[in-house]
Amino acid sequence: MQVLKKVGFGLGILLASLGAYADYSWNFPEPVTPMALDTLHVHNKFMLISMAIFLSVLAIMIYSIFAHRKSKGYKAVADKAPSTAVEIFWTLIPFAILLLIDFVIMGIPAYHSVVMMEDTRDKASMVIKITGSQWRWQYEYLDGDAQGIKFVSNLTTTNDQMNNAADKGENYLLEVDNPLVLPVGEKVRILMTASDVLHNWWVPQFGSSRLAVPGFIRETWVQVEKPGTYRGQCKELCGKGHGYMPVVVNAVSMEEYKTWVAAKKEEQAKAIAGADKEWTKEDLMAEGKKVYEKNCAVCHQVTGAGLPPAFPAITGSKISISPIFGEDGKYLPDSHMDRVLNGKNVMPAWKATLNDTEIAAVITYERNALGNSVGDVVQPSQVKAARQ
Amino acid sequence: MSTVTVAHHEEHHDHPTGIMRWLTTTNHKDIGTMYLTFSLIMFLVGGSMILGIRAELFKPGLQLMNPDFFNQLIGIHALIMIFAALMPAATGFANWMIPLQIGAPDMALPRLNNWGFWLLPPAAILLTLPFTLALFGIGDGALATGWTFYPPLSLQGGIGVDFAIFSVHLLGISSVMGSINIIVTLFNMRAPGMTLMKMPMFAWGWLITAFLLVATIPVLAGAVTMLLTDRHFGTHFFDAAGGGDPILFQHLFWFFGHPEVYILLLPVWGFIPQILQTFSRKPMYGYKAQVYSLWAIGALSVVVWAHHFFTAGMPVPALLYFMYSTMAISLPLAVLFFCWIKTMWRGSMSFETPMLFAVGWIILFGIGGLTGLVLADVAADAQYHNSYFVVAHFHYTLFAGGIMGIMAGVYYWLPKMTGHMYSEKLGKLHFWLTAISFNLTFIPQFFLGLAGMPRRIPDYALQFAEFNMISSIAAFVLGLSQLLFVYNIVSCIKGGKKATDKVWEGAEGLEWTLSSPPPYHSFTDQPVVK
Ligand code: HEC
Ligand code: HEM
Ligand SMILES: [Cu+2]
Ligand SMILES: [Cu+2]
Repeated sequence: MQVLKKVGFGLGILLASLGAYADYSWNFPEPVTPMALDTLHVHNKFMLISMAIFLSVLAIMIYSIFAHRKSKGYKAVADKAPSTAVEIFWTLIPFAILLLIDFVIMGIPAYHSVVMMEDTRDKASMVIKITGSQWRWQYEYLDGDAQGIKFVSNLTTTNDQMNNAADKGENYLLEVDNPLVLPVGEKVRILMTASDVLHNWWVPQFGSSRLAVPGFIRETWVQVEKPGTYRGQCKELCGKGHGYMPVVVNAVSMEEYKTWVAAKKEEQAKAIAGADKEWTKEDLMAEGKKVYEKNCAVCHQVTGAGLPPAFPAITGSKISISPIFGEDGKYLPDSHMDRVLNGKNVMPAWKATLNDTEIAAVITYERNALGNSVGDVVQPSQVKAARQ
Repeated sequence: MSTVTVAHHEEHHDHPTGIMRWLTTTNHKDIGTMYLTFSLIMFLVGGSMILGIRAELFKPGLQLMNPDFFNQLIGIHALIMIFAALMPAATGFANWMIPLQIGAPDMALPRLNNWGFWLLPPAAILLTLPFTLALFGIGDGALATGWTFYPPLSLQGGIGVDFAIFSVHLLGISSVMGSINIIVTLFNMRAPGMTLMKMPMFAWGWLITAFLLVATIPVLAGAVTMLLTDRHFGTHFFDAAGGGDPILFQHLFWFFGHPEVYILLLPVWGFIPQILQTFSRKPMYGYKAQVYSLWAIGALSVVVWAHHFFTAGMPVPALLYFMYSTMAISLPLAVLFFCWIKTMWRGSMSFETPMLFAVGWIILFGIGGLTGLVLADVAADAQYHNSYFVVAHFHYTLFAGGIMGIMAGVYYWLPKMTGHMYSEKLGKLHFWLTAISFNLTFIPQFFLGLAGMPRRIPDYALQFAEFNMISSIAAFVLGLSQLLFVYNIVSCIKGGKKATDKVWEGAEGLEWTLSSPPPYHSFTDQPVVK
């Protein structure tokens, strides 16, 4: 019939135009964890079953649409309710099949998947903590050699690329400065939390996704079976930067992982040592610019103009130009130090995210750039003292 | 002169004319017309908003809007579509058709009815005002949390969130009043001889919807009020730092939100079988089975809410319970599908526009239902959740299952309501354009979701580009096709071939015994049902 030809034609065009992208994904990306593999199986099985149901019911409908038409002179035949035992039996068969699909064919494997998904502890060989905050992920290694390693992972795609003023790279919006590094073949228990609003850490190839809830710890796990770089995104709406907090994980062999851990530890030791030395203003300003543009510019803007009323300007703001320390040498409430360390309302607290040097540098930068020229300098040692 | 006054008096009982007629009317047909008109306007408003989104998503990069504006658009789009387009359309039909179908002269509580409608325009204004002002550079815009209001994000938001909260309060009050009216009408004003089990299916669908609304709207109202006090009066219901829990909100919201899905669909499940039987020229199959299934779905709908946030973290027994109870909904739903198709089977079918929409509706809503079943699988849901797969799924249920069902109803009853036939040719064209462009809009979104594109993002990675482009083009065709619908309705109201009383050869039921259009006051002599 006319009607169906048109539908068929429409779908034909769709398939043909998409067929051109042969390597385009029509299904979940290649799974690299036991969980993702399990999910893919469930999905494939279910799609086959539901396609079969859908197509057979559709076929019955199409037959009826063709055969039982008034225009063909077909006369309606009155229905009878099933009355004999045999008729009732046949009517019940479809529902028996459905019960079987729901609670046996789908239901039993689903039970095992849930148990596997929720078993975060058994045989876990390491623990990491992931904290979501607007709009970056923070990773912390909680045990083993890597214990104490802690860093923030920021999007590296530039504003120009987003605004179509520069070419977009291959991993547009899915690239970060510090990826999470995990050893392959190890079961990693993940503790998930957030510092401000809900976020959701998701890597499609891992098949795990868990909400990060501020004030609570949630758990999940991954066990990456294949070395490689895996990319994902936050998938819980978390404000204007929601589309801009990607997840990148480097899964590497155990040796490479150990080398990475050693290097990272050394880097952190250096940063701590750096906190004890006296910094020049130039060095602080250079470091501060980096820290500012990476962490603060999303809200306060690169120029320091902010986006009032939601995000205040730094340029000329009272806090950024009034004194930080009182006569006793302690920082004042509502001073620049207080605000950056402890945050207020939507302004995040940075004390757990940035180290002493970074905080000293960014405060110094805000006071002597972005149109401000207070002239003073904050040393890392002062931040260290302020934390006590 | 005096005869004119008398005639006027007969017709309108001294009712004021012009705008005051509509402001003060208590006539069920007037109120029904206002609901339906409001719904159509808001459908176009919500649709234009989302075309803005689809234009932004046409290709990677930010072209038209900043991310905050994007977030406002998606949330307002959804709130408008659900509360200001789909719900009022169903209430409009209830007002028009329930009295006609059960042989009552009017709704039981006409003044309440008037008030129920007139709360809607202020609610719509509250919802869109901050957004409109922001377009002119005033204020910081509407709520940007999506339609779900999740804290703590909604605690951070600006005054737009408060506007949306008050708007939801008004919409909720309006829905509860409409529901009470329908329940009272159905229990007290049926024609003699019409027992409950002889009620038209549409009345059944609405009765269950009304009970669900009365049961769940207060929970939503409570949840958003708690949000309001958290925002302004120092409470900490949803703030862990004060001993609260952000996930509590999700429980409360979806305790309303999941039944809401069925609230939107039950009225449609009511009149689609009536359309099917009319154009199959044989009585609907399995009336009793359908009624029991509607009840079963209504009951199940209030005990499955947590499937909307499986990934939020729950104890294993809770995960299993919500998974299996959700799967159980497929059983009564399958009974319904069985009955609908059996009604067509061996009928003497003809395919006027309402029938085209009804049959297309079965197929497309079927896709929505099947994809919903797999979403119940907890482990797989970790992948589907908050991805474009879910966006595609709920548009198959809400756009196909909801709006396209309503369109079937519009074409079915329009000749009765206006006394004119619409253009069958344009109607069919509208159907085919809608059905095809709808699929081309949302099928690509299934694949986007599988490939890993999260929902509610203003910009996306390059690997998602092609499917988004197809989806955007098709969405514009879909949006523009709706202008045909509007044109067809308007010209049908203005004139056209006279409709007969029965309108459709196979139509059965009391509404078809009246003239087309029915008199302003119908059934002044109560009919008797045997
Ligand atoms: C999520 C957005 C956001 C980010 C990122 C952010 N801020 Fe803020 N910031 C705010 C908001 C909002 C306020 C206003 C807080 C208030 O008073 O309620 C603020 C206030 C401030 C103030 C005080 C301004 C004034 O006069 O009130 C300073 C200084 C400041 N931020 C520095 C920083 C630094 C340094 C960084 C980066 C390390 C940063 N902010 C990152 C949102 C942000
Ligand atoms: C022209 C037809 C429509 C198109 C093209 C369309 C498209 C979209 C798109 C692109 C989104 C945003 C997805 C995201 O970024 O997360 C969305 C969200 C949504 N739409 Fe539609 N839509 C249409 C009609 C409808 C209708 C009729 C309804 C309901 C009655 C509806 C309900 C929703 C809901 C509930 C959301 C979720 C919003 C949120 O994330 O909070 N849509 N729609
Ligand atoms: Cu996010
Ligand atoms: Cu639900």
